[in-house]
Amino acid sequence: MLNYDIVVIGGGPAGMAAALKAKECGVDSILILERAETLGGILEQCIHTGFGLHYFGEELSGPEYADRFISLVNEKNIEYKTDTMALEITENNVVYAVNKTDGLLEIQAKAIILAMGCRERPRGALNIAGTRASGVMSAGTAQKYVNIDGYMPGKKVVILGSGDIGLIMARRMTLEGAEVKCVCELMPYSSGLTRNIVQCLDDFNIPLYLSCTVIDIHGKGRIEGVTIADVDENRRPIKGTERYIECDTLLLSVGLIPENELTRAVGIQLDPITSGAVVDEYRETSHKGVFACGNVLHVHDLVDYVTLESQTAGEGAANYVLGKSSEAEYIETKGVNGVRYIVPQKVNIKNEGDIKLYFRVGQVYKNARIVVKYNGEEIISRKRPRLAPGEMEDVLIKNDMLKNFAQGGKIEISVEV
Amino acid sequence: MKYDVAIVGAGVIGSLIARELSRYNIRIALVEKCNDMAMGTSKANSAIVHAGFDAKPGSLKAKLNVEGTALMPELCKKLSVPFKPVGSLVVAFSDEETNTLKELLERGKINGVPGLEIYDSDKLHDVEPNINDEAKAALWAPSAGIVCPYELTIAAVENAVVNGVDFIRNFEVKSIEYSDGEFSVSDGKETINTNYIINAAGVYCDEIASLIGDTSIHTIPRKGEYMLCDKSVGKLANHTIFQCPSKMGKGILVTPTVDGNLLLGPSALDIEDKNDVSTTSETLSEILEIAKKSVPSLTTREVITSFAGLRAHCSKNDFIIEPSEKNDKFINVAGIESPGLSSAPAIALYVKGIILSKINAEIKSDFIEEREEPVRFRHMTNDERKALIEKNPAYGRIICRCETITEGEILDAIHAPAGARDVDGVKRRTRAGMGRCQGGFCGSKVVELLAKELGVEINKITKCGGNSKILYERTK
Amino acid sequence: MQKNIICVACPMGCGVTVDIDDNGEILSVTGNTCKRGDAYARTECTNPVRSLATTVKVDGGIYNVVPCKSAGAIPKEKIMECMNIINNASANAPVNLGDVLIKDILGTGIDIVATNHCPAK
Repeated sequence: MLNYDIVVIGGGPAGMAAALKAKECGVDSILILERAETLGGILEQCIHTGFGLHYFGEELSGPEYADRFISLVNEKNIEYKTDTMALEITENNVVYAVNKTDGLLEIQAKAIILAMGCRERPRGALNIAGTRASGVMSAGTAQKYVNIDGYMPGKKVVILGSGDIGLIMARRMTLEGAEVKCVCELMPYSSGLTRNIVQCLDDFNIPLYLSCTVIDIHGKGRIEGVTIADVDENRRPIKGTERYIECDTLLLSVGLIPENELTRAVGIQLDPITSGAVVDEYRETSHKGVFACGNVLHVHDLVDYVTLESQTAGEGAANYVLGKSSEAEYIETKGVNGVRYIVPQKVNIKNEGDIKLYFRVGQVYKNARIVVKYNGEEIISRKRPRLAPGEMEDVLIKNDMLKNFAQGGKIEISVEV
Repeated sequence: MKYDVAIVGAGVIGSLIARELSRYNIRIALVEKCNDMAMGTSKANSAIVHAGFDAKPGSLKAKLNVEGTALMPELCKKLSVPFKPVGSLVVAFSDEETNTLKELLERGKINGVPGLEIYDSDKLHDVEPNINDEAKAALWAPSAGIVCPYELTIAAVENAVVNGVDFIRNFEVKSIEYSDGEFSVSDGKETINTNYIINAAGVYCDEIASLIGDTSIHTIPRKGEYMLCDKSVGKLANHTIFQCPSKMGKGILVTPTVDGNLLLGPSALDIEDKNDVSTTSETLSEILEIAKKSVPSLTTREVITSFAGLRAHCSKNDFIIEPSEKNDKFINVAGIESPGLSSAPAIALYVKGIILSKINAEIKSDFIEEREEPVRFRHMTNDERKALIEKNPAYGRIICRCETITEGEILDAIHAPAGARDVDGVKRRTRAGMGRCQGGFCGSKVVELLAKELGVEINKITKCGGNSKILYERTK
Repeated sequence: MQKNIICVACPMGCGVTVDIDDNGEILSVTGNTCKRGDAYARTECTNPVRSLATTVKVDGGIYNVVPCKSAGAIPKEKIMECMNIINNASANAPVNLGDVLIKDILGTGIDIVATNHCPAK
């Protein structure tokens, strides 16, 4: 049995930032477990630029953003094991993991930081009818083939879903010589960033069809085409709007799901909306000493926010290990009226700092107000010219405000038009 | 190459026949048009071992179903294929349907089905807590079970190959000539010669028979669509739950699978195209609606994939297992629709009987009865895992995260007798890519491993043979 | 003539209209809600630029390709031309993050630099 103060599961941007912060806070015994061959996580295949604008004030590519943290992890001598898969965490914070060189690892941790990231929603979850031809894959899989392996996954491409990965891959495939026929989005708005719509689609005259979906996949060996159709307000295909589009590839960018199998198996409470753990302001889960951050907690649109959140979790884990956690009196947070979720879901009012609440709205709003209420009473109101589900929002609860709250209270955030 | 027997079609039927005949000192070819075995009906069906009360008493279906079901547990054990004797329930929602249950019970008794019993509503809800409150009664059949049909097929071929059978893939029989007491079977490129042919070509049985001028068989592909749900809802059904049967078949069932998922389906639609295994959104929503009548708490949220299979329905409405009228050295094994999987072990013995009545075959002394169980890392204890990785580090690298499948298992699947040659082949043998992410993460790694082990460039690897390629050329 | 542009200076995505005379002089910028929008719209109309990220072939590396980017923004209309040059270039492993792979691409004054490491095989 190995012993570490903190075991971090996942060596992507979340895991690395959490580990570095914990180290900075005075914990030396840290081990990062990473399932891929290198640290960096999904950033390694995200070769486009746009990372780090908030955190570094520079426009970096994914590998560059990751490299800054990888260098720091090496510099600070934080231990890590790559090609290592965590299989199980137990009630007593024992982590079981495997790799080729150590075999089965049994690691007793004082604190665990969950940073496993997320996975893409597959075709099956959408229940698209049609054949099981090859050439239907998630946008992220295609991204790996093109950017890491250097192979083209197709030449004539239809993309379903206008999430950022789908948009990025529309440009990427075009740059590499493929013809991207269109991007279909089930919703009446894109969930991707406006910048990506302009620079990935408009720049290359790739049409974006809103309220439109793929209803049939054709082709016996390799995919030969898809039938797309417009959808009504209930997202059901409208008869008569079907059209056939010839293609040899269908890329799916239809949402990301936090990878919480380990979390679920040990019985940590999950939020049905985020599909991530229910956490407090230090991102501590319902299980003492287990923290979660990054896309395993809730799906982020910018890695910069993942870094910030993970530093919070790293600090929380360090405080826990060093016995510095303050006593706890919790209030609950809840998104209502247009706000789908808030992270953290609970806040310790004994915390001595300010608390930032992150949240997402359920649809696009123009010129709306964000209203924060404590036990029904308005405490903050902020004008927002534009709110969209693809863009995470935040509000700051100042510590002097926090001091006025009482255990069992409730903060609600809503959108008012 | 010259064979005593050539079996056309490596589905569960052809494969179990091949294994059964490989007990004898005869030369056997198992000929398959696809890149792998179990590529037709055998990979996409309900995976049910039926008790045997459905078929008409006196029919071949009735006889072979009950016999096959009785043989199944032992066969699965020998071939290391998971079989679970979960039993089945036919649920009645009205008095009329309750009467149907009584008819089924009587028919089952005549067919020789053991242990049949009618459960009242209380007993039913007791054994199946998630069943619809409105269910009135059910027919309980303890001999029914669930099995993985493609695993059974793969295991049968592996065992047959170990016992000397030649498994010939990508050989689509285009012509059969008969002269001097011998068949020449050709795919247009290569020819094999054989004394006997067993036609186990599933929905293509009629086409294969017509190559010797036998036009007595007419196969109607009857399409069945299915939905597979995540393991998180696998416990919604403890048994295979049928609704009362209709003319088109046994209706929509809800059943656990041997892997702990939940399977809903099948629909039943007679079609023309024997290649058409596409699913339609209308049918899939219909299936869910009907399945919800049995288990109301089902939702689309937990569906991880959908698929369709074709049953080889014949107008005769019974199995056709006999020498052709055109040539008695050509044995048709046709019309093997449900309960074909359940009957398969008995069909293999039945066909063996026909062959042995014609040729003087000697039993092998060195026949290997059992197939070694493949490594299943996910089912092991941590101590077993530790020991395994010490022996072979490849088992220490997880490739498929959702199903916890190791590199070692994938290498085993590729290097097994009649091993995997494509991504779906690896998936069927190991479950890599069968979980919630459906290969999103591990797909490219499986492609890499296949390319490396088979010694080809990664863009030569296919999803399931033919033109199902995954990658085009290098980007630069 | 009028050009309609969606501003990407921030997530707002304002629709900005730029009036341009026959000599290509900008007469007015309207629809923006901030100064950054004005600046973005002017550049977008006169000299639209983009940063380019792609991969370069690597010989003798553990990967077939290494990711790269333009060290600064390059004229938008030259993007595909730049891709042509990049696709015909190659680098010898090992490649290190920051290595200049192509100097002054198409005379733009901008280098193509590696954005990750690619160790030798």
